[in-house]
Parts: sequence; structure tokens; C-alpha cells
Amino acid sequence: MSNQPILFKNARLIDPASDREEHGAVLVRDGVIVAVGPQVAVDADAQVIDCGGQVLAPGLIDMRAFIGEPGGPYRETLKSAGEAAAAGGVTTVVSMPDTSPALDDPAVIDFIVRRARDTSMVNIRPAAALTKGLQGDEMAEIGRLKEAGAIAFTDGARSVTNAQVMRRALTYARDFDALIIHHVEDPDLVGQGVMNEGEFASRLGLPGIPREAETVMLERDIRLVRLTGGRYHAAMISCADSAEIVRAAKARGLPVTCGVSINHLALNENDIGDYRTFLKLSPPLRHEDDRQAMIEALADGTIDVIVSDHNPQDVENKRLPFAEAADGAVGLETLLSAALRLVHSDRISLPKLLRALSTKPAEILGLPGGRLTVGAPADLIVFDPDAPYVLDKRQLKSLSKNSPFDEARLEGQVTITMVAGRVVFQRETM
Amino acid sequence: MDIQALLDLADEQVEVSRQVEKRKTTLRGRTQINLFFEASTRTQSSFEIAGKRLGADVMNMQVGSSSVKKGETLIDTAVTLNAMRPDIIVVRHHAAGAVHLLAQKVDCSVVNAGDGAHEHPTQALLDALTIRRNKGRIEGLTVAICGDILHSRVARSNMILLAAIGARVRLVAPSTLIPPGIARLGFETFTSMKDGLKDADIVMMLRLQRERMNGSFVPSVKEYFRFYGLDQEKLSYAKPDALVMHPGPMNRGVEISSDVADGAQSLIREQVEMGVAVRMAVLEALASHLPNR
Repeated sequence: MSNQPILFKNARLIDPASDREEHGAVLVRDGVIVAVGPQVAVDADAQVIDCGGQVLAPGLIDMRAFIGEPGGPYRETLKSAGEAAAAGGVTTVVSMPDTSPALDDPAVIDFIVRRARDTSMVNIRPAAALTKGLQGDEMAEIGRLKEAGAIAFTDGARSVTNAQVMRRALTYARDFDALIIHHVEDPDLVGQGVMNEGEFASRLGLPGIPREAETVMLERDIRLVRLTGGRYHAAMISCADSAEIVRAAKARGLPVTCGVSINHLALNENDIGDYRTFLKLSPPLRHEDDRQAMIEALADGTIDVIVSDHNPQDVENKRLPFAEAADGAVGLETLLSAALRLVHSDRISLPKLLRALSTKPAEILGLPGGRLTVGAPADLIVFDPDAPYVLDKRQLKSLSKNSPFDEARLEGQVTITMVAGRVVFQRETM
Repeated sequence: MDIQALLDLADEQVEVSRQVEKRKTTLRGRTQINLFFEASTRTQSSFEIAGKRLGADVMNMQVGSSSVKKGETLIDTAVTLNAMRPDIIVVRHHAAGAVHLLAQKVDCSVVNAGDGAHEHPTQALLDALTIRRNKGRIEGLTVAICGDILHSRVARSNMILLAAIGARVRLVAPSTLIPPGIARLGFETFTSMKDGLKDADIVMMLRLQRERMNGSFVPSVKEYFRFYGLDQEKLSYAKPDALVMHPGPMNRGVEISSDVADGAQSLIREQVEMGVAVRMAVLEALASHLPNR
């Protein structure tokens, strides 16, 4: 079966790596793209899929998803995360190390790699812990973890508050060309805060989180990057000042990249409304001005990637008073649809959007995907960017249903997802 | 006296030390105080034996039971000892620059037996002697100094000495253990053993202290040994006739494997013998400069 070539014809080809857009076909054989363009010689024995003029693009690469395996399989397993990702057009997921046990041991990384290969329909690439037990005190075995298959190093939802630890980790990681991904949120400045500090929080009677919790940590990190030369990626920024900081760092030529979560591009603090806990996030949803700044920073390339920040939480952790509820929202399945809002409102072109969802993450992680060229892995998606639907959380493949987009009107749906030359998802309506 | 002449003198001391009658009279009537503020087995005993073979009266000052423990400052200790009219004081101190400070306050000769992460000159001399006796020369050899260079006085003295007599000195360590800015002093630095040991004639390993192994400077012993510990495989990146050195005391299974430490290419035991000879040479070279009251 795997040897039968597959031809996608009648497609709107978008290669975000080269900004090329054309009508044509893609031929896939043995898990790689073997031909792409307006004229593709048809293989007699190929299985032909007519895309009906829909977009064919590289599969999405999501640099930030929390999966409950090991330790919390009721929230999400590698299998269920894979199904959710496939339905959302995400062909590669970087899983966070905040599991139980934490991914700070080469044997656990090895377990994830094998388990994902056996049970997940998409590529799962584990990020290992940057510090032992995610405690922020002692750096983890970066070299051995990388050998075991860790694609990056991060303390996941936690920040490393000790600047000396961060300095040494950046220095040491450089020797192994290891990427450090950091959640930039100073826990002391966060304090008891549960949402963006400001008028709306005051009105709701909830303790706020100042933007400085993010900017202080981010600014510190960038100074340490300048000192050490380590490769650094700020996992998610959420406010206008942070975009300024990253912009300045890039202008100085520092090896710095950053991401933004889909939630911070699509939502703002007002969406919390009547204490909707599915919108309790870390970092918190900010003011509309910050959201606008995030969109501008994405469009001008200051922000490199968009992540789902997929964080499944069961009802026991969410059906609580706002301040007591867990942080996080699922996002793998709605990543593309929600991001397409920016295209539909003419804030960013479709190739540029896909660039932040596939090409850039591939570049940052050193993966071969994210481009529609001969020799690239056949991790592909076909989607109709205009297909309208209303999200019904019961339809989500994810084991947890904490979506901030429940009952939202969305446009754009994936119809086919292919991973390594195999169709792993096909929407019935097609 | 230049370095090669000092090493020639040390060669003579090797012969003396291998005789049944090891006593010389160069330092007869002279008083040598070994003032060790930091615990040391091999360096202190090496200086003691060297002094005794040259005929000096050697006194080891136990700092643990001395007035230093009672709060005396370094300078007061120096002034007090100076009043006892010693001829040579051999000093080991945990603070960089302490030996230099002490030397300003006494009238006799002072030998640095190691000060903080600054220098350990007699170690470098004994290493040079060991290399010269085994390779016949030092000039043109490639010497890879590997491991905790940041905290190592042995590394600093060797870098200076070996480079001064014509060796090509390389530094090999994870970046967290390389002193910032050291490349600007003209030493090639490597963060991979494979690259750093390529074509090396001498592989000089350094001790990694325990408190630096667990996540502060390097993640763990396992990881350190995997990437920076000298085993047969990593040694094979060096020249086939490369020789292995270590100033001791060794952490077997941390920076060096037992089979390499005890193997045919190891000079580690010979380094200890050369230590006595070099210290005899240093003390003898000082003899003509000693106070003549």
C-alpha cells in the first residue's frame, strides 16, 4: 500500500517556503514528494485524489502542545492527540515535557518516541525538560536527551527564574546546537494573578497579571542570549511591548525567535465575559491593542510561529471559580480555522500565514518539512479555506473539550491530512 | 635560568632520586616551611621529600590546627612566620593571588604550590618534564587540555608554560567550563572531544570537582563522561602514539575511564615521580638566591 504513489490533482498549491502559489498537482511516493507543479507526469498506477481546487499545502507544525502521556491519559494520550492533530491539519506536534514523570530522562524520551510511533497518526517530537524535574535549579542532560530524540529543551509551562541557571543552560546548549524554548512569565510578578491586569480584571474582581511579568523575563533572556550566543525561542509572547523587545533583538542579529498562541491572535480579555474558564490561559489573554500588535508583529515577521498551545484539561479542572480553574485550552483541531480569520479579515496573506504554521517552525526545529518541494516529506494537507462551520465541542477528537472556540463561527476546514505519504484523515463531506 | 635549563636540572634530580643514596647537601642548614591552606596529599609530600633530599629542614604547617583557624589574617601569618627566619616558604592557598600577597610580606623565597584557579607552576613544570622525557621534545607537539579549565590552575599554568616552549595548546571542554575570553589569549578552544583531540600528541585531562557535576556547570556525571570523559574511543581520535596525563587525584568514570588511566598510553604514575624531581630542581635553583644572613 505504501508503495502505491498518490497524485493530488486540481489543487491550489501553496508553498509557503518560496511564497509560490499556482494551480497544479503533487505526486507522492514512498513518503516523499516526488513531483510538484502545474504539469505533473501521471503515474499509471497512482491513486488519484481530486482536490477540487482546494488548497494543498505542507502539513502544519505545532511547536507547543501538552499531552497527558505519561501521567494524565484521561486528559489526552499520544493517540488522541494524534487524532485531534490530524483532524486539524497538524502533521507534526512538539510535545511539552510537563508530564508525570517529566521528560527529563533519556529513557522517558525514548518511551515517548516509541509510543508515539506505535500509537499516534502524526509525528510527535518531544521537547525535553531544560532543568531536572522542571524545577529550574539544575540543567538536564541536554546532550543525552538530544541523542534520545529530544527536539528542543524547555520547562514547558514553567519559567526558569534563576538567571544563572538560564545562563549556563544557554551556554551549554550551544555546544550541542540545542534549541531552548522558554515560557516567559515571571512567576513572582504573576503572583496570585489570573488574568490580564487592568480595567476588566478590576471590574471582575480578579487579581491581574501585569505585562511586565512577560517583558521583564523576555528582556532578561535576550540579554543572556547576547552574553552566551545560545539559540533561543520565546514560546509565546502576548503583548505589544514584547513584540518591541523581540524586534530589537532581531535587529541586533541575535539568535532569537518567538511564537504566539492562536488564542492571542484570535481572542482578547473581553472574551472571558462571565468568567469563562476555558479562556483562562498562561500567558493571559490581553487587551485588544495587544492582540492587534500581535497580528502586526506576525505580519512583519517579528513573530515567527503560531502555536496551538494545546492544553487539554478535564471538567474537574475547569468547572471551578475562575481563579481556581486550571490554565489552558485545547487548540490542535481549531488552529488552522482560527488562524484563517486573519486571512479572511485581510490582515495577512494565506502563504504568509502558512509560513508561520509550517515553514518557520520547521526551520527553527531543523525539520525537513514545511515546504512543498521535491524531496520534502509527504506531510500534506488539503483544505477549503472558506468552508464555514460552527464548532461543536462534542465533535472534537481530543479527549478534553476545553475549547475557547466552542460554538464559534469559523471558516476553513481541513479535508485531507497526509503524514509520511499516508492519508491519516479524510473529512466525510468530501 | 630558562625553562629548558630548569628541566635539564630536573633530569639530574631524577637520577639522584633513583639512587640508593638520595641525599644532597644543597640546602643543608636551610629551613623550608610548607604552608598549605588547602588540603593536598601529593603536592605537599612531593615538596617535603624534595626539600629533605636536598638536605633542608622541612616543616609542614598544619593550617587546620594553626592560628589561621583562630582568625589570623594571611598577612599576619606571613609576618609571624617571617620572624622565625625561614629560607623558603612553599604556599598553597584557595584564593587566587594569595601567594603573591604573602610573598610581598616576607624576606625569604616563596614557591607557589597552587593559588585558587590562578596558577600551579610546579605542576606545569613536571608535566613539561614528563612530556619532554617521553617525546624527546615539546616544541611542535599538539597538547589538548581537556575538562574543567574554568576552575583549573593546572590548566592555566600548563597553557602558559607549554605555549612558551613551543607546543600548540588546545582547550577542550563544554562551554560552561571554558573561561570567558580565553580564546582571545590565543588558545584554540573546542567543545567536542572528537575535534579537539584530532592529531593530538598529548591528552591532558583535568579533574572535575563533585560540586560542579550535578546540573550547575554540567548536567550529570553520566552526561559528562559520555561527551567529555576520556575512554578508549575518544582517545582513538588522537594520534596513535598519543600519551595521556592527569594531575590527580582522578575521578575514574567521570573524566577518565580506568582502562585509559591504567593503560599503556598513560603517563599518570610517571608524572608523580617527575613531581619530586621538578620540585628538587626548583628548590635547588633557588638556593643561590636564598637569604644569606
